Amino acid sequence: MIDYTKYLRISKFPLIWCAGCGNGIVLKSILRAIDKIGWAKDEICMVSGIGCSSRTPGYVDFNTLHTTHGRAIAFATGVKMAKPELHVIVVTGDGDATAIGGNHYIHAARRNIDMTVVIFNNNIYGMTGGQVSPTTPMGMKASTAPYGSVEASFNISGLAEAAGASFVARGTVYHVFQLDKLIERALLKRGFSVVEVLTPCPTAYGRRNRMGTGVDMIRWQKEHTVSVQEAGKLTPEQLQDKIITGVFVDVDRPEYVETYQKLVQSLRERAQKH
Amino acid sequence: MQGQKRPRIEVMTGNDACAEGALAAGLRFFAGYPITPSSEIAEILSYRLPQVGGAFIQMEDEIGAMGAVIGASLAGAKAMTATSGPGFSLKQENIGYAAMAEVPCVIVDVQRGGPSTGLPTLPSQMDVMQARWGTHGDHEIIALCPYSVRETFDLTVRAFNLAERFRTPVILLMDEIIAHVNEKVVMPEPGEIEVYERKMPHCPPEEFLPYKFTEDDIPPMASFGTGYRFHVTGLCHDETGFPTNDPVQIDRLIRRLNRKISRHRDLIVEVAEDQLEDAEIGVVAYGSTARAARRAVALARQEGIRVGLLRPLVLWPFPDKEVRALAEKVDHIIVPELNMGQVAHEVEWAACGKAAVHRLNRVDGEPIPPQDILQAIKEVAR
Ligand SMILES: Cc1ncc(C[n+]2csc(CCOP(=O)(O)OP(=O)(O)O)c2C)c(N)n1
Ligand code: SF4
Repeated sequence: MIDYTKYLRISKFPLIWCAGCGNGIVLKSILRAIDKIGWAKDEICMVSGIGCSSRTPGYVDFNTLHTTHGRAIAFATGVKMAKPELHVIVVTGDGDATAIGGNHYIHAARRNIDMTVVIFNNNIYGMTGGQVSPTTPMGMKASTAPYGSVEASFNISGLAEAAGASFVARGTVYHVFQLDKLIERALLKRGFSVVEVLTPCPTAYGRRNRMGTGVDMIRWQKEHTVSVQEAGKLTPEQLQDKIITGVFVDVDRPEYVETYQKLVQSLRERAQKH
Repeated sequence: MQGQKRPRIEVMTGNDACAEGALAAGLRFFAGYPITPSSEIAEILSYRLPQVGGAFIQMEDEIGAMGAVIGASLAGAKAMTATSGPGFSLKQENIGYAAMAEVPCVIVDVQRGGPSTGLPTLPSQMDVMQARWGTHGDHEIIALCPYSVRETFDLTVRAFNLAERFRTPVILLMDEIIAHVNEKVVMPEPGEIEVYERKMPHCPPEEFLPYKFTEDDIPPMASFGTGYRFHVTGLCHDETGFPTNDPVQIDRLIRRLNRKISRHRDLIVEVAEDQLEDAEIGVVAYGSTARAARRAVALARQEGIRVGLLRPLVLWPFPDKEVRALAEKVDHIIVPELNMGQVAHEVEWAACGKAAVHRLNRVDGEPIPPQDILQAIKEVAR
């Protein structure tokens, strides 16, 4: 059993999150993965944007940076380049990462800069009270989509895959053992890694869409997800109302900071020769 | 660079001098997004930074560049970005963040004509107020304004020193003429350049308060990854750095952020005076316009007019005491500038009615020629 208190800033408790919110489950999963790997707290920098999920860094005893809305990955890029030995973990919401921060998200994936982005996907803007997000499924209600969203939604994982991330996976707070492994693999991956975590927001999303309590929403995850492996065996009809979980991408590509440091090294050597 | 001695005399532009000044001040990280007329600063640093073991990155936009600069500074690097008008607007939210979270960094704004994309290749001085009030919230800011290539070098070094010393973002307000003019520059010897490093904590990590109230209002600053684990946020925070809604703590923080600059204004403010000893007319000019003003003052002196020039090198905090002293000495103050009177307004406020303030504004993308300023001097001399 891991001693969570080792990593938590207990004096900052209670958490701001609502009863039934899935964010705490994701936080514990991240801590278990870090504990398993055995990184020291000083080696870790956790960066977030703005939103309910982005409050996570306030509760953990690492080097922590709560930035502006959507800009976590940009701030994290500076941290990583200035101090490459730090393990940089970005925690962000679906709106933070793919609406206002969408540009940084795809470009960090393209550069393949070494950091892990854990996206708490609750399909809504939680902190500001339930406005539509780029991941709100079409037809679902939000405070700014009172008749149901009329926009197509983003596939967060697909976006990272297309943009060139080294590791992309989707998990849920229901499949928590799988989630631990996905986050662990992402943290250990050299390059830009993404774990999209489906997490319930009973307050801003569930209530408006009559999805019940947090527990009901987690049960919904169990019934509406299939693993990548299972999905391969199913027909398109069977897959229609299912969300696929598991690892979508695990490849090795040149990593940005390492590539840059090689350049610095080669310039050094050239200067010494002359 | 070892072994080979740099030639002391070079021909360079303001953008060159800015990049070299930043390196001399210890720049190790630059993030930017290209925009005329600032792009050469990024181009030069993309070439020079990896040579000195630093890092350059061209981000996807100005917002990201400003964010990366803040991240790098928190990780311990002296960090800078450079942009122009529209890009400066995009950076504002994160400049406010740097002010709130007290992250030293330098933002270069090579001003161009606006509003909007305006005049990308032509000179202006239209961002004086954007530098002061561009971001939301209430905080002091430091902005420097060079008028020559050599001064660009010096003020870039100074911008870093002030940023590190006061734990704050510092803005270097250049203009297109200074950025692109080629001038002969006598470079300072490396030993002549004073470089300031941020104040680090010496206490054990468990006692470290990243936003401690100290005698001088400037808290020592640790870098990420040095054993001091701390929290940084743009939210109102207490001395520990964690968010607070306590009115007492909020008030203390916002007042300290303002005070740490305002109380040290005498250390920051810098003006140059030219022929003011016996002056009856004063000209207040800055940046490239001050070059024309100097010439106009010299020409007027030849005609026996007692006129002198007050040239702010630091626009924010505004040199109000210096302008007030001038107003008490002269009857008229002429303020030529490439905007509709952004500094003239400050001069009027500082002069307190002690001298008549005359505006000379040009907003058509052309510089103000010395003759126009001379004419304005002659008109009030009559
Ligand atoms: C520039 C800017 N625009 C808007 C906001 C307001 N805002 C705060 S959080 C948020 C949405 C958060 O949604 P998400 O990222 O999905 O996170 P969640 O709260 O659901 O975890 C918005 C729009 C802001 N803080 N800054
Ligand atoms: S609003 Fe939603 S996401 Fe935010 S804390 Fe409450 S349940 Fe969680």
